[in-house]
Amino acid sequence: MTTEQILVGLASVLAAAAPVMFAVIGETISERAGVINLSMNGTILLSAMGGFAVAMTSDSLLLGFLGGMVIGALVALVVAFSSITLHQSQVAVGFVLAIICRDLAYFLGNPYVAQSGPRLNTAPVPGLAAVPYLGTLLFNQTLVTYLSFGVILLAWLWIYKTRPGLMLQGIGERPAAAFVRGTNVNAMRYLYTILGGAIIGLAGPSYSLSVKAGWMGTISGLDGIGWIALAITIFGGWNPLRAAFGAYLFALLQWLGLVLQSSLPNVPSQVLQVAPFPLMILTLLLVNIGNAEWVARTLAALPAGPRRVVTRLLRALRASPPAALGVPFESE
Amino acid sequence: MDVELRDIHKTFGKVRANVGIRLHVPAGTIQGILGENGAGKSTLMKVLSGFIHADQGAILLDGRPVVIHSPADAIRAGIGMLHQDPLDFPPMRVIDNFVMARGGSLFPGRAAARRDLKKLAAQFGFALDPDAYVDSLTVGERQQLEIVRLLWLGARVLIFDEPTTGISAAQKERLFAALRLLADQDKTVLFVSHKLEDVEGLCDRVVVLRQGYLVGEARPPYTTRQLVEMMFGKAISIGKRVPCAVGETSLRLRNLSVEDYRLKVRGVNLAVRAGEVIGLAGMEGSGQGLFMRAVAGLLRTTGGRISLDGRNLTGRSHLVSKRHGVAFLPASRLEEGLVPGLDLTEHFVLAEKKGGFFIDWEGGRALAEERIAEFNIRGTPASHVEALSGGNQQRALLALLRVSLRLLLLEHPTRGLDIESTIYIWSKLKERCGQGTSILFVSSDLEEILQYSDRVLVFFNGRVSPPLEAAEMNTDRLGELIGGKGWPEEEWVEEMTADG
Repeated sequence: MTTEQILVGLASVLAAAAPVMFAVIGETISERAGVINLSMNGTILLSAMGGFAVAMTSDSLLLGFLGGMVIGALVALVVAFSSITLHQSQVAVGFVLAIICRDLAYFLGNPYVAQSGPRLNTAPVPGLAAVPYLGTLLFNQTLVTYLSFGVILLAWLWIYKTRPGLMLQGIGERPAAAFVRGTNVNAMRYLYTILGGAIIGLAGPSYSLSVKAGWMGTISGLDGIGWIALAITIFGGWNPLRAAFGAYLFALLQWLGLVLQSSLPNVPSQVLQVAPFPLMILTLLLVNIGNAEWVARTLAALPAGPRRVVTRLLRALRASPPAALGVPFESE
Repeated sequence: MDVELRDIHKTFGKVRANVGIRLHVPAGTIQGILGENGAGKSTLMKVLSGFIHADQGAILLDGRPVVIHSPADAIRAGIGMLHQDPLDFPPMRVIDNFVMARGGSLFPGRAAARRDLKKLAAQFGFALDPDAYVDSLTVGERQQLEIVRLLWLGARVLIFDEPTTGISAAQKERLFAALRLLADQDKTVLFVSHKLEDVEGLCDRVVVLRQGYLVGEARPPYTTRQLVEMMFGKAISIGKRVPCAVGETSLRLRNLSVEDYRLKVRGVNLAVRAGEVIGLAGMEGSGQGLFMRAVAGLLRTTGGRISLDGRNLTGRSHLVSKRHGVAFLPASRLEEGLVPGLDLTEHFVLAEKKGGFFIDWEGGRALAEERIAEFNIRGTPASHVEALSGGNQQRALLALLRVSLRLLLLEHPTRGLDIESTIYIWSKLKERCGQGTSILFVSSDLEEILQYSDRVLVFFNGRVSPPLEAAEMNTDRLGELIGGKGWPEEEWVEEMTADG
């Protein structure tokens, strides 16, 4: 492969990761506030179908994306209402929603299957696109991909650098402490769950109007993306930058699977297609392995030098979920 | 700020937590609020800090009525509360905890906040590292962080709910100095406690709550007897040390070693006789917890030998030692001891291990009723354990124990309990000693150690003293040892008895 081919390939990885990125960042924001939005897989399908339908009928890409966000926000509202106000299990409600939304997408999307609709074009950034290497990699992308870069950075800035973002961490960590600091915990949880849902809702149209343009019903190949995004959220340790790394890693593995197919003719293609999934699981294991007692005991037996290196590595990888994730809050 | 509470009423279901409470505290005063567990102190303070709403009543600040419906209202009015378990964010840094909740710009302005934090902390002699994570701080340091944080927010009334629970003696001294300084700065300090010595040593005036009513007031010089009578409605005395008659050696430890990733306890030799009480003293995390869990069979030992009544229990699990009459009551009652969400009957059914596939609910309820009466637990067979007060949870734990035990291991058996419950718990424990059960207990209360133990093991940073006769010790000497003073350079000369 030439350098140019590799660059174009990597650029396609960045583009292919954009929808997953929206899902992961949206989920990260929601879970930071303490609400698990498990409906993600269904939301992505429903917003992909809905976004495509809106864009096709109105002939407006913008409306298509907005439609996706509205769908995402509405599904998140159901999750928020049933868990925050009705005190129902977030896991049960989210799981059922995931299935309902998927089937709704297939059912309602029937008239739009294999129709031709609008598609987002690449928008090279004037000036920057001509920069060697970086131009091809970063600045010859669609608006959606640029937006995905922006969302990562904004989410990271918000959570770690702003005052409301600090409180967002606090709400997911210890709602009672946030409450005594004068925060309306449940209102904030509603807000962030719906905001996160709207961002997740961008994932669907990003597929159906850009990355995998069109709506193909049950063979769209989108089923399962939401669950992967959920795993990446955990891998990312609820930190947008780490989550972004996870999403890119996943897209890269998928791309490698395609590329290696031609150079490894002896390996069945199914192996390469499926490989990213167990690799993701393995990474997840590595992230949390530092918490296990037997690891600590094994480490203690190592000589001091290597032990320090391994311990530091494990600590850097380790991430703990927001302590109040999935726990309803009620002031007395 | 001058604080006045008028006719505060609050009921939870059938429980009357506050009944018509009137209280007036002028600025610059340290007001003690004394009462046993469940007397309504915390409820009253949560009403003032906006954490809960009163059913009825008014709050006046500097003579003007204010409406406090949420903690946000309270902060705006200048009222801040330090909760018993500091309500902060453990996985976050000190500086982030500090700047949170202050309104204003989008960005926190950490640089300026850092300066303010240092200045405020220095004023009280607190050493707070802005970049440390809160979960690496002690409870005392977390309190210090809360104090400076509330002052930074502009609090002029500070409420302290049982602040001396779980902090070291040195930290208590520093806390009291800080409270006096606050009063000198004309702040109003409300100090909630069930510990007489704390209140007597600190407060300018005291009110006593009992079963939801404000039953009395006192000013210095206080007489302990009068305060106790107000708290309990009757006089109570702790009584003399009663050494138990001891029997044969039951538990024997030879060169016992145990360690975790940060602490090593090495070579403990001990022979405990039936009916003997051994107190384990030391600062929290000096190795007594490890030692206790090793003896219970919950932690693997790294060396040495444990035997009970001649039976080798080294390396056997807790299940095995339990079968041979060992019981362990951990400090965290709800996390390790009881099952939150289950009621008392269910606990007794679980603990009794009867045969048969189906549960004998009738029998379980009858047993629960019988034990509730015997152990004086305030609750019914259908009471959920998390709804019981700390003292009643501890009584329930004792009531759940098997009738005949050889060795009872207790961690902080009376932490957070009032005097009456403490005395009751120990009377029950001594009853067991009379039946030949040996007791090992961990406590941070020196008086309790000296009062109830026959011999004492002192832990300091993993080092363990030989067993010391409690009757020959006093709190000063014990306090020195706990703080690491007066330990011999070399190994302690063994003063073990012949049978060790």
